[in-house]
Amino acid sequence: MTEELTPPRRRFLALGASLAGAVVACRKAPVPSESGAHMRAYGERSPHEKTVRVVRELTKSLGTGSSRTPLGELHGIITPSGLHFERHHSGVPAIDPASHRLLVDGLVERPLTFSLDDLKRFPSASRVCFIECGGNSIGEPGANLPDVQKSHGLLSCSEWTGVPLSIVLKEAGLKPEATWMIAEGADAARMSRSIPVSKALDDAFLAYAQNGEALRPEQGYPLRLLLPGWEGNTNVKWLHRLQLVDQPAMSAKETANYTDLMPDGKAQQFTFVMEARSVITRPSGGQKLAGPGFHEITGLAWSGYGKIARVEVSTDAGQTWADAELQAPVLSKAAVRFRYPWRWDGKEAVIACRCTDETGYLQPTRDGFIAVRGLNSGYHYNGIKPWRVNADGTVTHA
Amino acid sequence: MRSWLLLLCSAGVIAAQSQPYGFGQPATAADTTQKDLTVFPSGKGLPPGKGTAEQGAAIYKEKCAECHNEKGEGRPGQYPALVGGIGSLTSAKPQKTVGSFWPYATTVWDYIRRAMPFDHPRSLSADEVYAVTAFVLHLNGLVERPQELNEKTLPAVKMPNRDGFVADRRPDIKSKR
Ligand code: HEC
Repeated sequence: MTEELTPPRRRFLALGASLAGAVVACRKAPVPSESGAHMRAYGERSPHEKTVRVVRELTKSLGTGSSRTPLGELHGIITPSGLHFERHHSGVPAIDPASHRLLVDGLVERPLTFSLDDLKRFPSASRVCFIECGGNSIGEPGANLPDVQKSHGLLSCSEWTGVPLSIVLKEAGLKPEATWMIAEGADAARMSRSIPVSKALDDAFLAYAQNGEALRPEQGYPLRLLLPGWEGNTNVKWLHRLQLVDQPAMSAKETANYTDLMPDGKAQQFTFVMEARSVITRPSGGQKLAGPGFHEITGLAWSGYGKIARVEVSTDAGQTWADAELQAPVLSKAAVRFRYPWRWDGKEAVIACRCTDETGYLQPTRDGFIAVRGLNSGYHYNGIKPWRVNADGTVTHA
Repeated sequence: MRSWLLLLCSAGVIAAQSQPYGFGQPATAADTTQKDLTVFPSGKGLPPGKGTAEQGAAIYKEKCAECHNEKGEGRPGQYPALVGGIGSLTSAKPQKTVGSFWPYATTVWDYIRRAMPFDHPRSLSADEVYAVTAFVLHLNGLVERPQELNEKTLPAVKMPNRDGFVADRRPDIKSKR
């Protein structure tokens, strides 16, 4: 940019000067070069930037577990692809895109298989959406997790590109009896979920790209199901089959897991939508304020029901609330960044945020959540998360 | 000439409606067979085959016990337990296992066939899956040792938590400002 704006004559003079400099340098002591590093074919961040996911393998077996996005150190709403959270039930498969096929069969007029090239020929669409694991914050109601990566790190937000699923289903010709669709991945465990056809025809798409490039292997390369606003596990990665049927399969991951056990011993099932939720990412647990004075309170809000309408911030432990500013554009089923200017007086303070979405749904308090779902529902926790700013500037869970 | 054109046009429209873009390949029976793993609560999707817990005990010892332990008690913090917890779902510490929580025996069969043994999934024959499923259900006191499970009898096994699931009733939490 600067180079383009430099008039040619000045550029010439500058070149002459540096040539002259080089000649002088040859005669006298060598001067270290001030030109920068070489260009590289695929960029990487500065070696000074160290923020990473926190990986937790759940068992001694490879690949079961999760890695969490460092939300407290990120900006804006887009999660860098390399920091997008992971949750796998049997590792990350190595898939050759040239031989990968999506099978669409069952209750369709024309069972079809699609290569990646076939899918990329269809009209494409891009959408920014969050994906949140149904088990994000699984320990939070009872445990007060100490930082936002541990408490909320199974949330990420990307721009996804692919083909609307309705187009692909039309290509195969849905039979009227087709009410459910079983989506299956090509991971070692062939993870499968039953999805109502109504969602498939609404806003579902088959994503082959994330943040402008091909999906990362951990995000389902070369193809994943994208169900905006629905729990992460239903966004089946490494997608290789869509089986159209007239009933759910009652697969392990929609019965044994991802169901919400209520205090009466019954479990709510097919709890797909991730309800509205917000969290302050700065200042948040584990961080330290440099001293009294201006601090921006910022964080993320998101709702699987649609757009976030309002985020409120409290700096007095929930006694009073004030509206935070929402960064435009506010997108449906995407994360939104909120900001609130704060002058810290240096005394201990409890800060918190709560959000309301366009349906009028208000994020519950922890107690409000527990009063209805108890302490053992596990999945889909979305209570308000307060942080305590201590007098020494350290931030801990409140 | 006119009607000819009309005919051609309408044929084009019909073709367009049937397969708007014409992308993809017709799937063959083999394409489906290769990926056909889904088993439904009704038993639909189960292949013919049979096995007993007696037969399953040996398979379990050889291929499952290393992780899930001798009697399915699991290894805390490492591998899930496959037994226990029946009656615990309303307690302060509910224990969700195949025996206490899974609503359908077909789900157990489906999951073992597609995903277990964890390090060699889909290496068991249909008979072996029937047998080892019978053994896991036997460990939970749900089938007798000599009882044969096959594509007819497996869906009839009544799991203790069969009626333990309700549809999504959210938004179930009404918060006030
Ligand atoms: C190498 C270790 C290993 C072996 C061997 C193994 N499993 Fe597993 N098993 C696991 C892991 C890990 C999980 C949890 C997977 C997940 O996170 O989704 C699991 C889960 C299960 C579950 C579901 C438990 C629940 O409540 O969620 C069943 C049932 C099961 N295994 C049965 C078997 C059977 C039967 C065999 C032998 C044929 C077997 N496993 C062999 C590691 C193993």
